[in-house]
Amino acid sequence: MARRTFSIGGVHPNDAKISRDCKIETLPTPPVVYIAVAQHIGAPAKPVVAVGDKVKAGQVIAEPGGFMSAYIHSSVSGTVKSIGPRKDLSGNNQTVVEIAVEGDEWMEGIDRTDTLITEIPQDPKEIIEKIKLGGVVGLGGATFPTHVKLSPPPGKKCEMLIINGCECEPYLTSDFRTLLEKGEQVVIGTAIIKKALGVDKATIAIEDNKPEAIEHITKVVEGLKAKSADYAGIEVLSLMKKYPEGGEKQLIDAVMHRQVKSGGLPIDVGAVVDNVCTALAVYEAVQKNKPLVDNSVTVTGECFPHQANLLVRVGTPLNYIIDYLGGVPENAAKVISGGPMMGKAIANLEAATLKGTGGLLFLTREQTKRMPDSSCIRCGKCADACPMGLEPFLLNRLAKAGNTEALEENAVQDCIMCGCCLYSCPAGIPLLDVISQARGQIMGIMKARAAAAKAAAEAAKAKTE
Amino acid sequence: MLVSPNPHLHSKTTTAVLMRDVVIALLPAVIVSVVFYGWKELLVLAVSVLSCVLVEYLITRYCLKKASTIGDWSAIVTGILLALNLPTTTPWWVVFIGALVAIGVAKMTFGGLGQNVFNPALVGRVFLLISFPTYMTHWEIPQGLFGVDAISGATPLGVIKEGLMQGASVPELMAQHGYSYSQMLFANIGGSAGEACAIAILVGFIYLVARKVIKPWITLSILGTVAAVSCIFWLANPAQFTDPLFNLLTGGLLLGSCFMATDYVTSPMTTKGGIIFGIGIGFITLMIRYFGSYPEGMSFAILIMNSTVPLLNNWFHQKKYGRA
Ligand code: SF4
Ligand code: SF4
Repeated sequence: MARRTFSIGGVHPNDAKISRDCKIETLPTPPVVYIAVAQHIGAPAKPVVAVGDKVKAGQVIAEPGGFMSAYIHSSVSGTVKSIGPRKDLSGNNQTVVEIAVEGDEWMEGIDRTDTLITEIPQDPKEIIEKIKLGGVVGLGGATFPTHVKLSPPPGKKCEMLIINGCECEPYLTSDFRTLLEKGEQVVIGTAIIKKALGVDKATIAIEDNKPEAIEHITKVVEGLKAKSADYAGIEVLSLMKKYPEGGEKQLIDAVMHRQVKSGGLPIDVGAVVDNVCTALAVYEAVQKNKPLVDNSVTVTGECFPHQANLLVRVGTPLNYIIDYLGGVPENAAKVISGGPMMGKAIANLEAATLKGTGGLLFLTREQTKRMPDSSCIRCGKCADACPMGLEPFLLNRLAKAGNTEALEENAVQDCIMCGCCLYSCPAGIPLLDVISQARGQIMGIMKARAAAAKAAAEAAKAKTE
Repeated sequence: MLVSPNPHLHSKTTTAVLMRDVVIALLPAVIVSVVFYGWKELLVLAVSVLSCVLVEYLITRYCLKKASTIGDWSAIVTGILLALNLPTTTPWWVVFIGALVAIGVAKMTFGGLGQNVFNPALVGRVFLLISFPTYMTHWEIPQGLFGVDAISGATPLGVIKEGLMQGASVPELMAQHGYSYSQMLFANIGGSAGEACAIAILVGFIYLVARKVIKPWITLSILGTVAAVSCIFWLANPAQFTDPLFNLLTGGLLLGSCFMATDYVTSPMTTKGGIIFGIGIGFITLMIRYFGSYPEGMSFAILIMNSTVPLLNNWFHQKKYGRA
């Protein structure tokens, strides 16, 4: 059988999963945590604790600041030391709640045992409320509040839940380890999300460079199907290893052979996509009452001597993690939060982890070196690589010429920032650097235009009334 | 710590790697041509490559006052292609003029690699063809290896064109000159050195496709068009028109379609555009061969189609995700 994958573009970087055999290990609790109130897409949460308050692990410390927002819980027990600005990993100030750790006391009602609870609640409302109270956000990178995603706008119906276990970024292995070590929980979480959405079908998609995970999850699904009807309709799908398979749009194309229209949402084509770690967080929030206060982080890189997958409390300072594993290697030139293709270079190692932190990657200067850029040889490799079917060489040229009209026509706004173009360009042209800037500009123009159109429509309406 | 935007990794394929692959792919043809023609061909190759590299170096360093670009191997590719397109008897100074035009005029005045509209090697060749027709139509036909018993004569296409004008028919001419297909496939029937052995060129082509340096569509569409169109003419009048296989194996058609029409810079970006481009080249080549006054036509066809590339790039775009 042909290996299934998305239909446009993509690249095959060496997957370098050198930490794949490292079991998820629990990182000791740091002496202080810094928990940001903006850890998700949407409005930041509003702190509900004051300096000097004693908090327990799992206690709400900030409430949603709007519809598109999420609860934030303390990941430790201790005393609130301060609430105020602190530099994040890019060096920008963010509001954080600083908590000095004392002991490890948890809120009542949180079940921290390993006992598996396979029976799931049947009421979607109850499930979504629990997910909301658990502060669950998407852990695949976008940190979209999960309860919002699970409440599709009226008139839109979900036909397929896709659980993203592709982990197509090189180096990262925390999803893989989660699938292997917490497969049951992931599958139960899948069934819960499926129930919340009221959809019949769910697909757990895993790339075929992780055969152990595919085998294990298939077995788990079969076992649970035999137990309860709640698990009917869950399938495991093996996909060809190709970056960026885990991109939402690409994954929907690979699994459902449907494409989300430009500017549209997955739900428009009947899809909801959640990451495997999100499914685990849903399991914990719904079955165990445990809010999202810890997550697994891959710490890796060829130059890093102690590969690891760690279970880390949210708000743990990055340098605490790194020191635990022996410190920054001398020859590391770049530390990246996330994977090497879409991750962010860290400017400030004193920053703390967020719910969505999935990896810390160390690269040497040699590994991350960019070629000096030469002129475009029109080889078309960037266009072949672009998973959105764009023509990066053209966008680059148009952006340099400042031709906003043509940029919009050639869909610069559809760029998903995957980096395939820059990765592939033999001339070393910084395509994405230029394109992302142009993309921001065009998106701004489009937004302003939409707002103006809306205002005009409203004015016209007011006139006729 | 370094802080720069994503992606943080880069594929190892650079322009120089790609161009070096083209050079590697040309090696079989180069070796065969030297085996057939001996030191004379070696001289043409050496003069052509060295001149191309030298001209590019001097222009970038002293006229443009920029960093030299010879490290990208593209001048070497041009040098080899130019040499393979010339008769082995071409005097060294004519070869040098060809290189000067190829690099100096066709490439550097447009702004160097990536900016040129026309394939530099072909511009060089056509310039020589027009300026020095006597040298350029005087070919050697080797009888043994290493050029020992070479005799001079016209290329098969030239012979046939000439013969047809004098009223002979194609089959008569073929028989008279003893052209056979196995000879065209494996050995030499006269012409420029690069046409010496079809198999050697195809081996290089397969290497380029396998290494994903080029996609096969442009080449296949040229070959397909030439085969199909010549088939129609040939079936209609075998006395007047040469057959498909003969057309595919002669007159630099393979070298052109595998190595020159597929030049990144001067061919369309999209597969669709590439197929149209290939059909155009195939068709124009045959029209020149059948009805024009030049026996070969490939160089002109490619150059003509080169000029349509900006248009083709405007018309044909990549299929975008989520847009009808
Ligand atoms: S970063 Fe944007 S333009 Fe570049 S390949 Fe990805 S989607 Fe295409
Ligand atoms: S990959 Fe680079 S050199 Fe090739 S067409 Fe794109 S921008 Fe030009």
